Amino acid sequence: MIRYAHLIPLLPLAAFFINIAVGRRLPRKGDWVSLGAIALGLAISIGIFYEVFRAYDPNFKYHVVFPWLDLGGRFVVQGGILIDNITAVMLLVVTGVSTFVHLYSIGYMHGDPRYSRFFAYLSIFSFSMLGLVLSDSFFFMYIFWELVGLSSYLLIGFWFEKKSASDAGKKAFIVNRVGDFGFLLGFLLLFATTGALGFDEVFQAIREGRIEGTLLTLAGIGIFCGAIGKSAQFPLHVWLPDAMEGPTPVSALIHAATMVAAGVYLVGRVYPIFTPDAFLFIAYVGLITLFITATIALTARDIKKVLAYSTCSQLGFMILGLGVGGYTAGLAHLMTHAAFKACLFLGSGSVIHAVHSQDIFEMGGLWKKMKITAATFIIATMAIAGIPGFSGFYSKDMILAAALEFGMRNPQHMILFAVTLLTAGMTAFYMSRLVILTFFGKPRDPHKFDHAHESPANMWVPLVVLAVLSLGFWYKVPFAEKGWFEVLVPKPASAVSVAAPVHPAPAAHAESSSEAARETEEAGHPAPSHAAEHDEHLVHRAHSIAMYSSVGVAGTGILLALVVYLFGWINPERVASALRPLHTFLVNKWYFDELYEATAVNGTKALSRALGWFDLHVVDGLVNLCAQLGVWVSFLVGKFDDAVVDGAVNGVATATIESGSFFRRFQTGKLYHYVYVLAGGVLIIFLLKVF
Amino acid sequence: MGLDKLLVISAALFCCGLYTILTRRNAVAVLMGVELILNSANINFVAFSHYVSRLIGGQIFAVFVIVLAAAEAAVALAIFLRLYATTGSVEVDMADHLQG
Repeated sequence: MIRYAHLIPLLPLAAFFINIAVGRRLPRKGDWVSLGAIALGLAISIGIFYEVFRAYDPNFKYHVVFPWLDLGGRFVVQGGILIDNITAVMLLVVTGVSTFVHLYSIGYMHGDPRYSRFFAYLSIFSFSMLGLVLSDSFFFMYIFWELVGLSSYLLIGFWFEKKSASDAGKKAFIVNRVGDFGFLLGFLLLFATTGALGFDEVFQAIREGRIEGTLLTLAGIGIFCGAIGKSAQFPLHVWLPDAMEGPTPVSALIHAATMVAAGVYLVGRVYPIFTPDAFLFIAYVGLITLFITATIALTARDIKKVLAYSTCSQLGFMILGLGVGGYTAGLAHLMTHAAFKACLFLGSGSVIHAVHSQDIFEMGGLWKKMKITAATFIIATMAIAGIPGFSGFYSKDMILAAALEFGMRNPQHMILFAVTLLTAGMTAFYMSRLVILTFFGKPRDPHKFDHAHESPANMWVPLVVLAVLSLGFWYKVPFAEKGWFEVLVPKPASAVSVAAPVHPAPAAHAESSSEAARETEEAGHPAPSHAAEHDEHLVHRAHSIAMYSSVGVAGTGILLALVVYLFGWINPERVASALRPLHTFLVNKWYFDELYEATAVNGTKALSRALGWFDLHVVDGLVNLCAQLGVWVSFLVGKFDDAVVDGAVNGVATATIESGSFFRRFQTGKLYHYVYVLAGGVLIIFLLKVF
Repeated sequence: MGLDKLLVISAALFCCGLYTILTRRNAVAVLMGVELILNSANINFVAFSHYVSRLIGGQIFAVFVIVLAAAEAAVALAIFLRLYATTGSVEVDMADHLQG
């Protein structure tokens, strides 16, 4: 089955071309082409996953390489497909969610005038994302990375007649480009120093020490910038909430499983290149993101905006998990998040479809009308809140444990754990608030409530499947020591040599270095036994503390939401007015958009105006001056031509005429004149002869 | 009678002919002047033949000149006839059609 891996991205690509060309003329407007392509991809992915799972080998690797671009024999750019355990999981996640989104879109987009084009876009998006997942080199990853950016632009701005939607598409694209530029610089830096593009070659070059120290840290941070853009991390998180302007299936596809996951996947893919400093940077970016966006989600009124900010926040969890060394934790959260967030987005789509509103304060009591949507939504909410028994608990617990472990080793970074724990509680609170306001209580808008109805089967079937996948036992048998994911996706050994730090290390660096050194020791030869025992004890303690505290804050968050929004013991309005400045600050999303408007957007505009002025006056002036000089020179040359050259020619002609009319007078025609001349001539000769 | 006297007669005859050509306006008179010049040349031929070369060639040349003069007179008179038919006169200063 794994031999057919290349078909997984190529099938949607073919579907894209078919649908963009003749989609409208096909029966059912071609939706079955895209759906069939991605469903076949899902089938192959399941087959691959089955093979990988049966092998149950943490070091499983399938790598095919083909020459892609031969630059004159001296340098050949290799294309390749790399499948290891995490790739197999990602393939399953991407094709799975994408298939459900396709299925769901058939109902959701029914009757749209550009129905077949929508499916073409979904296909090109799936192609880009699957290509990204399968690529084995920085170069190909970057190509597909940009393709994802392009196709997300097409999908977010799909309803481009709406100005807000086309603006959101542009915003997503441009903000992503900022991050992509970092990625480009990062991998070019690696390429310039190591001369390699493939992941394995680059890791090998780093192990050989061809790039190290600050330069390697910069390269790592540069590549991480790509992840900041795509995975909507602070400070480039602003595009994601706006991207909710796209059709809801797009939100589910882009923001649950694929595009935003690309950044996390990238960090996981190139994990061995990061230096301890780069990891610290990654962890703090994740921390800032998860906290800021969770606070914004607390006050959001739009059902999709709440989910969008919660996505940002969960991505922050993943990035933080990766940054503090919880490689498995971060990627596990990526996997579980894909399922429950897709379920939440599709559920919100179902709700929006029913009530034709996105404001949760106009909903309420929908439990009675749409039981399936509500039940699946609640299951997914429990998963994201981190209730034991659901998938989110399993992965979020691992992240918290990793953060706590990191904090215990480096007490000055304990804030990484504390804030994350607080945010986990906030997650439980705002998600419960969303569920309570939407599905419970009294209907706040009776008119909309009356019209609400359960969605058709092709919309709720994906919900049910995704909700079932949000249950915990898929990922870890209850009370087992380890889930299969932990076994199959172990943390890769770092390629960074920490034996000889290039610069004198500050305290933080030294400690994280020693941690990395410990890891390499573990990988190579056993560490001294008492240290290992102490370490195991620490890990164990971190895990139990993290588990109890995460359950505690999740429970507290849910209880608080129940108290405030269901039982009404605390009036949220009163709290809001008591904390008026803070509330306003959160409602305005920390003024990030305003800040960027004032700095980046207006700065760019001012720069453009200045450049425009320069162009208009200096560059154009120079060009015009040259033109003017040309005119003057031509004028002079023209004069010269007229006077000298033409004068000479005319002079010759005039002289000929003049001499002709002078000499013709000698030709009198009178006979005796000639005789006179003849005789005169003879006489003169005679006289000359004589004297 | 010596060579120099003959040459003087010849020169006088030549000058009479030249004068006739330059002064007469009637074409026939001009032709007569030409005949005088030709004959002065004939006198020279014969005189030099007799006194200088002692050969008969000069006298034969004189006979040729006479024949030539006859032919020339015939051609010239024919031209005058055409001239008269065209312009109605044989005045040479009227016949300036070759003027440039």
